[in-house]
Amino acid sequence: MSTQSSTTEERTGIDEIHILWISEGMSCDGDTVSLTAADQPSIEDVVLGLIPGLPKVNLVNKVLSPSLGGEDFLAPYRAAARGDLKPFILVIEGSIPNQRIIDGEGYWTSFGNDPETGQPQPLNWWIDQLAPKAFAVVAAGTCATFGGIHAMAGNPTGCMGLADYLGWEFRSQAGLPVVNVPGCPIQPENFMETLIWVLQHAAGTAPPPPLDHMLRPQWLFGKTVHEGCDRAAYYEQADFGKDYNSPKCLVKTGCWGPVVNCNVPKRGWMAGIGGCPNVGGICIGCTMPGFPDAFMPFMDEPPGATLSTLAVKPYGAVIRRLRGLTNDMVNHEPKWRHNKQKLTSGYNPHYRP
Amino acid sequence: MTTSTKRKPEQIVDMSWDPITRIIGNLGIYTKIDFANREVVECHSTSSLFRGYSVFMKGKDPRDAGFITSRICGICGDNHTTCSNYAQQMAYGVKPPKLAEHITNLGEAAEYMFDHTIFQDNLVFVDFCEAMVKATNPGLLTRAERTSAPRGAVHGFKTIADIMKAFNPFEGEVYKEALKVSRVTREMFCLMEGRHVHPSTLYPGGVGTMPQPNTFTDYLSRLMHVIDFVKKAVAMNDDVFDFFYEALPGYEEVGKRRIMLGCWGAWQNPDVVDYRYATMNQWGKAMYVTPGIVVDGELVTNNLVDINLGLRIMLGSSYYEDWVNERPFVTHDPLGNPVDMRHPWNQTTVPVPQKRDFDGKYSWVMSPRWHHPQTGEHLALDTGGGPLARLWTTALSGIVDTPYVKATGSSVRISLPKGESLPETTLEWRIPKWSNTIERDRARPYFVAYAAAMALQFLEEAMGMLRSGDTKVYENFEVPDEAIGCGFHEAVRGVLSHHLVIRDKKIANYHPYPPTPWNASPRDIYGTPGPYEDAVKGQPIFEENGPDDFKGVDIMRTVRSFDPCLPCGVHMYMGKGKTLSTVHSPTYGASHG
Repeated sequence: MSTQSSTTEERTGIDEIHILWISEGMSCDGDTVSLTAADQPSIEDVVLGLIPGLPKVNLVNKVLSPSLGGEDFLAPYRAAARGDLKPFILVIEGSIPNQRIIDGEGYWTSFGNDPETGQPQPLNWWIDQLAPKAFAVVAAGTCATFGGIHAMAGNPTGCMGLADYLGWEFRSQAGLPVVNVPGCPIQPENFMETLIWVLQHAAGTAPPPPLDHMLRPQWLFGKTVHEGCDRAAYYEQADFGKDYNSPKCLVKTGCWGPVVNCNVPKRGWMAGIGGCPNVGGICIGCTMPGFPDAFMPFMDEPPGATLSTLAVKPYGAVIRRLRGLTNDMVNHEPKWRHNKQKLTSGYNPHYRP
Repeated sequence: MTTSTKRKPEQIVDMSWDPITRIIGNLGIYTKIDFANREVVECHSTSSLFRGYSVFMKGKDPRDAGFITSRICGICGDNHTTCSNYAQQMAYGVKPPKLAEHITNLGEAAEYMFDHTIFQDNLVFVDFCEAMVKATNPGLLTRAERTSAPRGAVHGFKTIADIMKAFNPFEGEVYKEALKVSRVTREMFCLMEGRHVHPSTLYPGGVGTMPQPNTFTDYLSRLMHVIDFVKKAVAMNDDVFDFFYEALPGYEEVGKRRIMLGCWGAWQNPDVVDYRYATMNQWGKAMYVTPGIVVDGELVTNNLVDINLGLRIMLGSSYYEDWVNERPFVTHDPLGNPVDMRHPWNQTTVPVPQKRDFDGKYSWVMSPRWHHPQTGEHLALDTGGGPLARLWTTALSGIVDTPYVKATGSSVRISLPKGESLPETTLEWRIPKWSNTIERDRARPYFVAYAAAMALQFLEEAMGMLRSGDTKVYENFEVPDEAIGCGFHEAVRGVLSHHLVIRDKKIANYHPYPPTPWNASPRDIYGTPGPYEDAVKGQPIFEENGPDDFKGVDIMRTVRSFDPCLPCGVHMYMGKGKTLSTVHSPTYGASHG
């Protein structure tokens, strides 16, 4: 592990910080797994101190922890809950269940045990203990940000997002609201970028990250899927795929891209590869607060698209034909390119305007 | 069980680990360890998470099932999507175009390569790395420093300890390289399925992936860059595991259980599969990993229909109401065979959150069992973590015969082409003597090689189709008013089946059975423990630490060898053990109702 080199300039920032990651929300651990896919920077770059301007980072995450587990692994969480470990960033992964709907004893999801009773310690207890003491609280993935899949209609657990649980007006020790990074799962670099920003803020080298009204990083979620999609031009020309064999716009076959806040088609999934509509996958709105219910059934045309595609048809059809004509024209070389005896390019050495 | 000549008076200590690290999901393991006789005398495995997929999927559009069920798992979600699409294709009566099968197969091959690599090298192998061995078996490390690595010519490390050092977390060179390889293989995955881990381009009826030349060449060039890493991984693993057997006589007893392995088959053969239930046995046997059940080393069946009909979901120690008095959804399968009330098709999931009681109900996991038609036993099959069962059933069946992979009846031969520094190599995985911790772990890198080899075949076939102008990847279908379907696949860590019932064009019932409920199941109504419990119980302790600073590494190795993935769980809590008794006590086991 590298240590922070002391600079001569005055810094009031934090030199060393823990990241206490809890994926024991109702999660699939997909956000942790996605984090390991990030390469710009990678998690090992951050942990090994390769990125300048960050505090020394101690990552505590169940999936990556070298410890054997149990109390050995839980020690930093217990210390933080007692107030003996600070500063730390709390990362929550997974939907937050409603414990109040359970009569008597029992739990929907737990993290370690209650040392007094030996019974599973519900996740909610940990959030109640740790969130108010955290330098910053980050919700990783759509489950933790807005509830996600497990909060769909008909769910038995009454689960919700972290800000629904803590309150949207919640503020951490650093005065930050919950930092929401949605995505099912998180796009690896989207998350790393946000985490780096929060860490730089902790180090005193950056202002707090700018968030929108749903507490998402503005620079990542300020545009729609459609605005970054390389199939969007087909839409403008009213050229829609009728099934998934088509390389054209997918809006008729279920894509919600025009109204979903997400940068994945622009950014790709990893190293610029993959994505959703740009590579033939309908956008099902997985970054959105309304996910999944607002977008189901996924494979049917979104109701709004029926109208908008109708509206764009006359314009798109005309434009497409006109472009076809022009395209045909510019597909011809000028006639002075030939191998005949006479030069016909219009060359005139004594030209004067 | 090691039966030592003289048993000393028991010194039983309660030891538990909760949560278990370096796995996916919530798992706790609770044990009683007899430190006098250095043996685990009891083990309970518990999972502390309930989300209720089969509950909230009811009444939804069945075409959404693949998108929803992917979210069950954050490391192998695509296996769920694929399996769900298999089940839906049966229900809708649609067969995707061949090229779509190749693309799906390539995506799944990349998933196996990624997932097994990150799990083995970055999670499992921490238990075998220098830092861990130093903390648990210092004597063994000293010996490893003096032992030269027999396969050093392949992997480049001089001694066994050098290999162990290379796996030290975040610092060892193989640990770091494995993370990078796990990214390259995920890029391969994204080329086929759009994104990781919840794919965007898989649909019932085919894929949305555009088959262009670069789709396949981008995949191929990445594959060729990791092919030598795969060869080295096999050599390094073999060296370390052989050393363990040799340096710690009796280590084969760690995590050993009766050979009861299940594999549901992977990678459809596009020329044979039609997704009809009536022909399922034929196309099941044509898969490029052969489905099957192996008991005591003998093949019981290769037939997916038999496998399907034998499924029984038992309760006993799980927090659910029973459903046997509900009305069944499916009384007979499409061939007219009766379907049991405990079959996933007829299951109703009613959660009852309650206190954890190890003498009563203690887990959110149910107890899947397979009913042996000849003996009537309800077998607690395990998956051997995935690769062990896949290689075992494939080897024993002797059906798979492809340009790069051949099953011989007692082994699987895998040929990998020349890479950046190593020549063309043929690896041979032979059926081992035991179903134990070391063999579960050893099989994993071999299966990475298997996946890489199969990917080469799928690439060649896909590129051939593309060049001949055959680029159809999706087939339209209508959702019927009423239908049933089942999908059989191999998730990375083993058997995966999805069971679907459609009424009024909506999901009437949907139950996925991933590998971890099989492996991590608690004691069932008959008191039969699940595979983790059964494999840990009775295993000897080789760790040199006593009760005060005991780490439980041998137990953790066993649990992790199954590749736990518990967004479906095991819990152990660690630390100062609590001494229970030092008097004579009867052996534990059958006292569970």
